[in-house]
Amino acid sequence: MSNISRDEVAHLAKLARLAVTEKELDVFAGQLDQILDAVAKVGEVAADDIPPTSHAVPLTNVFRADEIRPSLSQEQALSGAPAAEEGRFRVPRILGEEQ
Amino acid sequence: MTAVVDLMDYAEVVERYDPVLGLEVHVELSTKTKMFCGCPNLFGGEPNTHVCPTCLGLPGALPVVNGRAVESAIRIGLALNCEIAEWCRFARKNYFYPDMPKNFQTSQYDEPIAFNGHLDVVLDDGEVVRVDIERAHMEEDTGKSLHVGGATGRIHGAEHSLLDYNRAGVPLIEIVTKPIVGMGERAPEVARAYVAALRDLLRAMDVSDVRMDQGSLRCDANVSLMPKGTSEFGTRTETKNVNSLRSVERAVRYEMTRQAAVLASGGTVTQETRHFQEADGSTSAGRTKETAEDYRYFPEPDLVPIAPSREWVEELRATIPELPWERRKRIQAEWNLTDEELRDLVNTGAADLVAATVDAGAEPGEARSWWVQYLTQQANTRDVELADLAITPVHVARVIELVKSGELTNKLAREVVQGVLAGEGEPDEVVANRGLKVVSDDSALLTAVDEALAAQPDVAEKIRGGKVQAAGAIVGAVMKATKGQADAKRVRELILERVGA
Ligand SMILES: [Zn+2]
Repeated sequence: MSNISRDEVAHLAKLARLAVTEKELDVFAGQLDQILDAVAKVGEVAADDIPPTSHAVPLTNVFRADEIRPSLSQEQALSGAPAAEEGRFRVPRILGEEQ
Repeated sequence: MTAVVDLMDYAEVVERYDPVLGLEVHVELSTKTKMFCGCPNLFGGEPNTHVCPTCLGLPGALPVVNGRAVESAIRIGLALNCEIAEWCRFARKNYFYPDMPKNFQTSQYDEPIAFNGHLDVVLDDGEVVRVDIERAHMEEDTGKSLHVGGATGRIHGAEHSLLDYNRAGVPLIEIVTKPIVGMGERAPEVARAYVAALRDLLRAMDVSDVRMDQGSLRCDANVSLMPKGTSEFGTRTETKNVNSLRSVERAVRYEMTRQAAVLASGGTVTQETRHFQEADGSTSAGRTKETAEDYRYFPEPDLVPIAPSREWVEELRATIPELPWERRKRIQAEWNLTDEELRDLVNTGAADLVAATVDAGAEPGEARSWWVQYLTQQANTRDVELADLAITPVHVARVIELVKSGELTNKLAREVVQGVLAGEGEPDEVVANRGLKVVSDDSALLTAVDEALAAQPDVAEKIRGGKVQAAGAIVGAVMKATKGQADAKRVRELILERVGA
């Protein structure tokens, strides 16, 4: 049995930039528990000789030649942006951090 | 806005504390295209013109790995004496920040392509320090933000920010050292020497422009202190924004004096990112570091694993060119340099440049003189590293060739070099565009000589009377009239011929 605390859900919500109400914290904590339990069941059947799998296709080394392909125009690139200025994407001010 | 910060005297710092360094260097590869898409990998450009659905993170776009970038990563790993992973994956590093349009950075987490290496670093006095390399992994660069509003274009007080994603997705290799301990008072110097050695290595391999001023080589310096006689590492800070070799040294030194003052007054060092301030060499607090868990790394589902065969790795090993330290040994022998002479060449950053100039066909003495004298002066005036001057060894070799063939005088050659440094193109283009060829056509010179003699009949008379040294005034006038493009020796001959002296 996994046991996700309300605090952990709140922390995850903050990392994911999701506004979660107090009530939802309890709901999601319960639901996440169920999901983790379900995933843990897979672990029970995986024997030691089965390596952890992240990809469903048995491929490696898929590479592209280092050749330039056409980019979008500035207009195309900015066409979906809610706001643009001086050929750049305009975003609300960034708080609490400096690049 | 800078509050007064307590700093401990450096001598006292190293008496009471042992510094521990960890250096993270980000290198932008000079591939033609980005890491996961075919957009051009170019510095600058009109904003948002080197972008596509993949590097903008638009829904449905799929990344494909640039094979050349993987080759470069493996070659860098090999040159740093690393082991190369038999199998490794990319991972998503999740965070929300507008410089990453995807809201995650494609990086590598616990499976770097190269690990467990070392780099031998030569200090100014010749002492060699071995710096152990923890790992070198592949990732992608972020976009660039411009903060608008606020007084200084900085984030504080800014009303909004503007994003250019031309740099987003540019291939990056992050090279991380193991903790560097036991350096004592030389820690700042070791940090600078390590970054310099790494830069020289990467330049020799031709995998990156390694321009610190343009951000294609960037260093984050982790610094912590432990009281003498203890062995448990203290809390570290990570100083970012360190854009020159000199700044690397200053940043480490500043953090040592700042942290020592905090510790000595009974305080604790906060684990945080700090920003280096070029103006006064100080650092200022940035964000408190997220933990690795907060990035919720997971294997990148859109990219399959990389499994470099041992044959491929050996093929790549064979492509590694003569490395800086091998080259230095060779030039010392070939040019008969003493240890001190070689060290001077290396310390001014000239050794590899001179060697490359010689490789491009120049005579060693000429090549040395250009780099060590004139170009070193130029670098100093511009406050940049010698190697970051906008002139290449091939350019310098060409200028030397033009002087040797008599097409340029030394004075004109310096003008050509000025033109190249000013971004006017290759030496031959500068010669053509500025019209700098030596005037070797005697008829053109004779006209100038006649005019000068006519303008100063008294001088002409003196020369005629045997005062040959008076010809200097006429030579000067001719040189002025030809804007210095005449061969002074030939001018003198023509004057004497003309007055019949
Ligand atoms: Zn792209």
